[in-house]
Amino acid sequence: MPTTQVQQSSLPERGIAKAPTGVAGLDEITNGGLPRGRPTLVCGSAGCGKTLLSIEFLVRGATEYQEPGVFMAFEETAEELTQNVRSLGFDLNKLVRQKKLALDFVRVERSEIEETGEYDLEGLFIRLNAAIESVGAKRVVLDTIEALFAGLENEGILRAELRRLFRWLKDKGVTAIITAERGDGTLTRRGLEEYVSDCVILLDNRVIDEVSTRRIRIVKYRGTTHATNEYPFLIDEEGFSVLPVTSLGLEHEASEGRVSSGVPRLDTMLGGEGFYRGSTILLSGTAGTGKTSLSAHFVSAACERGERCLYFAFEESPGQLIRNMRSIGLDLAKCVKKGLLNIHSSRATFYGLEMHLALIHKMVQEFKPDIVVADPIGALVAAGTRRDANLMIIRLIDFLKMRGVTTMLTNLTPGGAALERTDVDISSIVDTWLLLRDIELGGERNRALYVLKSRGMRHSNQLREYLLTDHGVELLDAYMGPEGVLTGSSRMSLEARERAAVLASQQESERKQRERERKREALEARIVALRKEFESEETESEFRAAEDVARRQQLEDDRRNIAVSRHADEGNGAARSRRKMSTK
Amino acid sequence: MKKSQLKAPLPLDELAHSASATDAEKWDLRLYVAGQTPRSVAAFANLKRLCEEHLAGRYNIEVIDLLKHPQLAAGDQILAIPTLVRKLPQPIRKIVGDLRDTERALVGLQLRPGKT
Repeated sequence: MPTTQVQQSSLPERGIAKAPTGVAGLDEITNGGLPRGRPTLVCGSAGCGKTLLSIEFLVRGATEYQEPGVFMAFEETAEELTQNVRSLGFDLNKLVRQKKLALDFVRVERSEIEETGEYDLEGLFIRLNAAIESVGAKRVVLDTIEALFAGLENEGILRAELRRLFRWLKDKGVTAIITAERGDGTLTRRGLEEYVSDCVILLDNRVIDEVSTRRIRIVKYRGTTHATNEYPFLIDEEGFSVLPVTSLGLEHEASEGRVSSGVPRLDTMLGGEGFYRGSTILLSGTAGTGKTSLSAHFVSAACERGERCLYFAFEESPGQLIRNMRSIGLDLAKCVKKGLLNIHSSRATFYGLEMHLALIHKMVQEFKPDIVVADPIGALVAAGTRRDANLMIIRLIDFLKMRGVTTMLTNLTPGGAALERTDVDISSIVDTWLLLRDIELGGERNRALYVLKSRGMRHSNQLREYLLTDHGVELLDAYMGPEGVLTGSSRMSLEARERAAVLASQQESERKQRERERKREALEARIVALRKEFESEETESEFRAAEDVARRQQLEDDRRNIAVSRHADEGNGAARSRRKMSTK
Repeated sequence: MKKSQLKAPLPLDELAHSASATDAEKWDLRLYVAGQTPRSVAAFANLKRLCEEHLAGRYNIEVIDLLKHPQLAAGDQILAIPTLVRKLPQPIRKIVGDLRDTERALVGLQLRPGKT
């Protein structure tokens, strides 16, 4: 029993101890932070954010983790540094006053220095030590120590001393960041990676197609697992943030709940109930097919239900969108006023991709929407390369899915391009894909819609024409012609023909009805005539029968009278007549 | 002029006289060391000899042990040990090392024009 306990308690210590940086996202990709008590090398070319990353490491350490820090600058003076980071909301002076931070500026000017004989860098050690002790520092940044190579001639001494310095930092137990310029084909210009080998982080600022993207990568991290990808990061008014969301989070819960598309007949096409909640819906189509209008329906219906919507418009301003949607009878202004709808407009080219992504992340985290619309998602290609845009959108979709947000993306299919593809190649990761297209028939273009795919539901396979009316999107009945679905005037003429046919058949049946009526009347007339004939015959025969009776009676009377006149025996006569009657 | 001084050190009254001349400023030197290491002892000895030879009577050497006064390192931007700082005459000059190479030390102190 005790042994298992020991094993359990020693488990977390098996990996190396880490010092959380507090820099958004960096702790995720390093699985907890930088190696505690060891130096980390941060390298990158000029202007890629090395100083900023390291200063934020110190500021977060001092303010969030109670770990005071020392910043030793070799390139900027303390005043310059303080001013530079003030724009990010870091008040270094205040931290210095609170004894949470010590700044030391080391200047080496080769023109002032003559070297004669042997020396060491004990002065640097003493200064660093004094600074560490003045605030009880747990974190140290040396930015950029390579400046020493420019100031001092004797590289042999310098290298030996640097090696000693990094050793000394380890012995001191401080978590250190050493920044270095990226060299030509090497990580650092002076080969510092040779001395600092526990953790190496590479920052990069690449310009592709005139759009710059900052990226961060962990080149190595001894003794621990870490993420190996390149991650975009950005520097905004709140500092440094890394976006470690490439992890294709396929662990999101699949909701059984449904959410209406806002167009009742479209819901019918989607298994009768609309989209799945938390799914990703792609609306793609050529220009002017009503992508935005359908999205607006979706949003408007959601707001009616009291759900929160975030609408990213990359091509229209909120005012324009509201005005345009009013023309199809949707009052988005009301939703905005109620605080349920937030329309965020920004040109795709205004920022780089990672900035867009970060912005969307931030707004989603703040606004907590149930529904997010990005219209049109393809516009983001303009903010980067297609590949990057694709990666970014996948990241975005995963992020939104994990939060259970129902996402509607619209995508413009360029004229002439294949309809069933998107310029950001995301069609395979969306759950429901509605294709909007125009059908050219009989000299006119009409809009039609169909459900190209919809995972997990019985969806309609019909191509349906729809109209943008002043009371919204209206799906029409499907009319099939010999060449496919009929739309517009063809549909109308077919409708007219059908109406005519119905009328004709109605008339025909009425005619038949009348004929039948006539026949029945004729029949009945004949029946009456026959009955009359029969009746007259009957009367005749009755009359004759009565005559017979009367004649017989007469005969009997006559006979009796004769008998009376003969005075015949009454009894005989009576018996005879009775016998005659019975034989009759 | 410097050369003549170097070859034949002047008597004290002569020095006072030359002190009023242009090149006879007071030399204020500061030697930064870190403890009594052989290197700092050597540096001090070399400096003393150099000054006696070239600046006899008009120099002042202040030795600062950074182990005792670490806060003084930042003021003169000291990194290397030992470092000799010429505070006066202006401008400030720094000579890093144990001053073993007298020629370079003289160049550094601008007691001799640089070779290149």
